[in-house]
Amino acid sequence: MSEIPNEMKFAATHEWARLEEDGTVTVGISDHAQQALGDVVFVEMPELGLTISEGEEAGVVESVKAASDIYAPIRGEVIEVNPKLDDAPETVNEDPYGEGWFFKLQPQDLSDLDELLDAEAYAEVCDSEEH
Amino acid sequence: MPFIPHTQADVDVMLAEIGVADIDSLFDEIPKELTSDRLDHVPEGMSELAMLQHMAERAEQDQGYTCFLGGGSYDHHIPSAVWDLTTRGEFMTAYTPYQAEASQGTLQLIYEYQSMMVALTGMDVSNASVYDGASGLAEAVLMAIRANKKNKSGRVLIAQTVHPHYTQTTRNIVQNQNVLIEALPMHGDGAGGVLDLSALNAGAAQGEAPGAIVIQQPNFYGRMEDVDALADWAHAQNTLVIAVVNPMSLGVLKPPSEWGKNGADIVCGDGQPFGVPMASGGPSFGFICSRKEYMRQLPGRIIGKTEDLDGRTGYTLTLQAREQHIRRGKATSNICTNQGLLVTAGTIYMSLMGPQGIRETAITCHRRAVELQQRLLQIDGVEEFFTGPFFHEFALRLPIPAVKVVEAMMAEGILPGLVLADFSDGSLEHAKYGLLVAVTEKRTNAEIEQYVTMLTRVLQQSASSTNVQAGS
Repeated sequence: MSEIPNEMKFAATHEWARLEEDGTVTVGISDHAQQALGDVVFVEMPELGLTISEGEEAGVVESVKAASDIYAPIRGEVIEVNPKLDDAPETVNEDPYGEGWFFKLQPQDLSDLDELLDAEAYAEVCDSEEH
Repeated sequence: MPFIPHTQADVDVMLAEIGVADIDSLFDEIPKELTSDRLDHVPEGMSELAMLQHMAERAEQDQGYTCFLGGGSYDHHIPSAVWDLTTRGEFMTAYTPYQAEASQGTLQLIYEYQSMMVALTGMDVSNASVYDGASGLAEAVLMAIRANKKNKSGRVLIAQTVHPHYTQTTRNIVQNQNVLIEALPMHGDGAGGVLDLSALNAGAAQGEAPGAIVIQQPNFYGRMEDVDALADWAHAQNTLVIAVVNPMSLGVLKPPSEWGKNGADIVCGDGQPFGVPMASGGPSFGFICSRKEYMRQLPGRIIGKTEDLDGRTGYTLTLQAREQHIRRGKATSNICTNQGLLVTAGTIYMSLMGPQGIRETAITCHRRAVELQQRLLQIDGVEEFFTGPFFHEFALRLPIPAVKVVEAMMAEGILPGLVLADFSDGSLEHAKYGLLVAVTEKRTNAEIEQYVTMLTRVLQQSASSTNVQAGS
């Protein structure tokens, strides 16, 4: 059973989004996603300054057995990418909701977050995938 | 596991079972406009006997000539050990095994191959090989477009001095992938045979900066491009540099990693000079090497060296998560394999020759080519097609159509070279009189002497018959 914290929102494609105090939104992939992928060996990040829409490809996460696209959970501009993942992509496995974050967005409209799933709804998505 | 083909009866039963009229109807879901009618030209299968007879007949056509042909395929000496070892049962497969890690010997060989190609080209990484030089260039072009994040142009400039077959193959492969191929012009006349730097700047002023440029060194005409200036020109506008090189020439020329201030970004070419017989033009193997930063855009596979839980060395497929069987339509390329058998030959060739052997072979090729060219230029009416330095291949301008010379010399057992007109789209002036001559380390003094004697005689006979006609 994977961990699904309450303080963030989720996309059905397994990205999480967390509103920070400064109004930016941090994005990563869920514990469930990192478990399904296995050992992450490389993360391809979006370019700084890129403006993306929700559901748009924002990068690729590559594990020993698969390479999957990462989609932007909300609209916004990429203002920071996690430099740590270049040298230590395994951080995604070790701490998916903390040190293993992918990028930060300057959201275009905070109400986009309301469209995402809460922890309970996301847990149902994960459950339905497991059964 | 034996390979047992279906009988017609088997096929009929299976089709009846699923209620389909014939094999072709299985493909009905593919829209008609996407199917290629050209497949009609692929002949039906042949029996083993008919095939052997057909191939023996073809092989016969190659026998008995002294070879001065080049244009991408060269008549180098192949040490006997190369094919003796390559055709051993342990190596004799044209394919990467599906259960790759069970074939440690094959993986180690590919790992050694990659290491040697990296040493030869000066680049950071090599893939496990692709089909041939021409398809290698097409893959390199697609790779450059993917890799160039600074300049997202889909425009690629290919030098007019790149082998025309490479350019055509590349066009065929990339034409439906939003890549725009344009030609980089060369000097037209005597000083030509290489790219015109001033025309480059004029061309660059128009339109957006290209995503990549393709430069061949030595180029199709055997000539030396100003690769330093070209690479710097490209990098100044965030254009990636794709180098097409003859691996044998790297025995004497500086590696593409040292072109200009930053070096080439992607290097590709054909491995035929390394242990692969000319065999009427194929097959051979292609190589692609690149800088480390573009590693994840390399098509095909890379073999890595690692350790198992007990600390023993093992070899493994790496970076395959981006191949087609996992990424489907989003795969890096549709190359999922390598050219196993011919790479085995190439790797054994490089092992036997070593850096010193390759260097000495390259030097010998160059010296013999210069010697033959100097001798031929003393013949009345024979001129350089282009002036300037070359590696082991040069173009001559003959006083009569080159095809006549080829016919006359073949009757005497010499393949004197390629007719330039066969490789020209009509833009090269006097191509009809152009002959492209390649000389390898295999050509003896006696053979060079014989070439000079024969060409002299053919031209004299032609001149005298013209005189007789004029006089009658």
